[in-house]
Amino acid sequence: MEDPVIQYSTRFDVQAIRSIFPLLDQEVNGYPLAYFDNAATTQKPVSVIEALHDYYTGYNSNIHRGIHALAEKATEAYEQTRLAIQEFINAPEKEEIIFTRGTTEGINLIASTYGKKFLKQHDEVIITGMEHHSNIVPWQMICDETGAVLKIVPVSVTGELEMDELENMISDNTKIVSVVFVSNTLGTINPVKEIIKKAHDAGAIVVLDAAQAMQHLDVDVRDLNCDFLAFSGHKMYGPTGVGVLYGKRKHLEAMPPYQGGGEMISEVTFEKTTYNDIPYKFEAGTPNIADVVALKEAVYFISNLGKQTIRTHEATLLAMATEGLKEIDTVKIYADHHHKVSVISFNIENMHPFDAGMLLDAKGIAVRTGHHCTQPLMARYGIEGTVRASFAVYNTLEEVDRLIKAVSRIATR
Amino acid sequence: MAINEIQEEIISEFEVLQDDRESTIFYIMELGEKLPSMDEKDKIDINLIKGCQSKVWLITKIYDNNVYFRADSNTEITKGLISLLIRVFSGQDADDIMNANLFFIEKIGMHQMIGSQRSNGFASMIKQMKLFALTYRELNKHKKFNAHS
Ligand SMILES: Cc1ncc(COP(=O)(O)O)c(C=O)c1O
Repeated sequence: MEDPVIQYSTRFDVQAIRSIFPLLDQEVNGYPLAYFDNAATTQKPVSVIEALHDYYTGYNSNIHRGIHALAEKATEAYEQTRLAIQEFINAPEKEEIIFTRGTTEGINLIASTYGKKFLKQHDEVIITGMEHHSNIVPWQMICDETGAVLKIVPVSVTGELEMDELENMISDNTKIVSVVFVSNTLGTINPVKEIIKKAHDAGAIVVLDAAQAMQHLDVDVRDLNCDFLAFSGHKMYGPTGVGVLYGKRKHLEAMPPYQGGGEMISEVTFEKTTYNDIPYKFEAGTPNIADVVALKEAVYFISNLGKQTIRTHEATLLAMATEGLKEIDTVKIYADHHHKVSVISFNIENMHPFDAGMLLDAKGIAVRTGHHCTQPLMARYGIEGTVRASFAVYNTLEEVDRLIKAVSRIATR
Repeated sequence: MAINEIQEEIISEFEVLQDDRESTIFYIMELGEKLPSMDEKDKIDINLIKGCQSKVWLITKIYDNNVYFRADSNTEITKGLISLLIRVFSGQDADDIMNANLFFIEKIGMHQMIGSQRSNGFASMIKQMKLFALTYRELNKHKKFNAHS
């Protein structure tokens, strides 16, 4: 029997892919669901759903501490995901992979451990004008606490980073540069490798918010040479409630723990507690075992399909959407350039994005409307929000056609 | 017209739309467009209703012992929704507003139509309008009391 996964990579068959995403097969408001809110969260393949089911029906058990068979099996499954992630991002060591609740927790962890230990008054932290609130607020908090200064790289009209400004901003005072790899609102892919090089030359470390990168781009932490990389499972076809923080060993070892509790200790007496080694030092308490276990299946799904295959299909969807929406006079597209993933943010003249979103929903089309947790970026454009359609590997050209027709109808109402 | 009569009128208008989602939304947006815009000077933060996803400004005036409302929103659908409430409440007696049972909301299937997040916002609008009516009534009682003493 032929392996269906191998079939996909040789000849892309979107219907075969759709067939392993059970949620997609449903009607919304009397129309087949067209799910274009993938940047918020993607749907899950059956392998992920079954992994969750198998875990709870077969070997649910607390990890690392038990010597019985189930504990052994659960621990092994949990640690296998760590290995899968290590390979997925090409990390040098498995101990550099920390499981978190998601991107948000990853960035908070760095800010409140690394940031707290190493930032002092007049040090500078650089972020950009297109950050998600998750990569703004933790830095504001730690800057307030330490007296460090937060600096913002401006965003151009076309939705790209002003790299000249970044260059001028980086100095000996720069300690941390934390940038979004791919903008969730615009889809812009930032030149992170160049940024990392510049930051390192000035002696600063670089944190990448890769929440929107993992599901589209080849991410190789050795090649990038980033110091930290944070992402979420649920945006890359995996379960909610689990994410990954990659950090270079030297940093992770130098950092104080984030939370105290079980698992993260080596020995506890009332006088003194010694901490466990990495990664466990940062995984206090019983972790989200089931979702970590299932995350591995999401990694396999992406890897088996191949990111190149995913990108090629998504690029076709994006090109069609961009061309189609551009033809509508009253539609304004933000960040219409070529360094982007399959995200398109737009507005219809004289219509609030909420209203447009609700009208699309009436046609079974799910988009996101609002500020997308990037209020400073919205302020940059002087708008309250946008309508955002974000495409995943299971979306079809027919669905994009429906989007264009529906927007056109709303716009010419 | 009494509050309940207006509600019946709204229900029969929505019946024509036959639960078609898109037509209903377009209709609500049309209602929003027809609602006169509020003066820019009144669109200030203290007039904003808390708990709405979109911005909703609401002001009241008392005339001839009845409570009058004016409202605006940055989204057309929300403006349409609040125009329904204005139609039901504006110009009514404070007691009637406070005691009103807004049965039209369920009858026109508002909740299914606008979803839970917007429904919460809608509930906030109603609460704020009733609160204005209550405040007016209490103030008025006080005035009457003072006048008698
Ligand atoms: C660029 C970016 N950063 C951070 C986040 C936060 O991710 P999570 O909510 O999974 O922690 C998101 C999710 O919307 C995102 O798109």
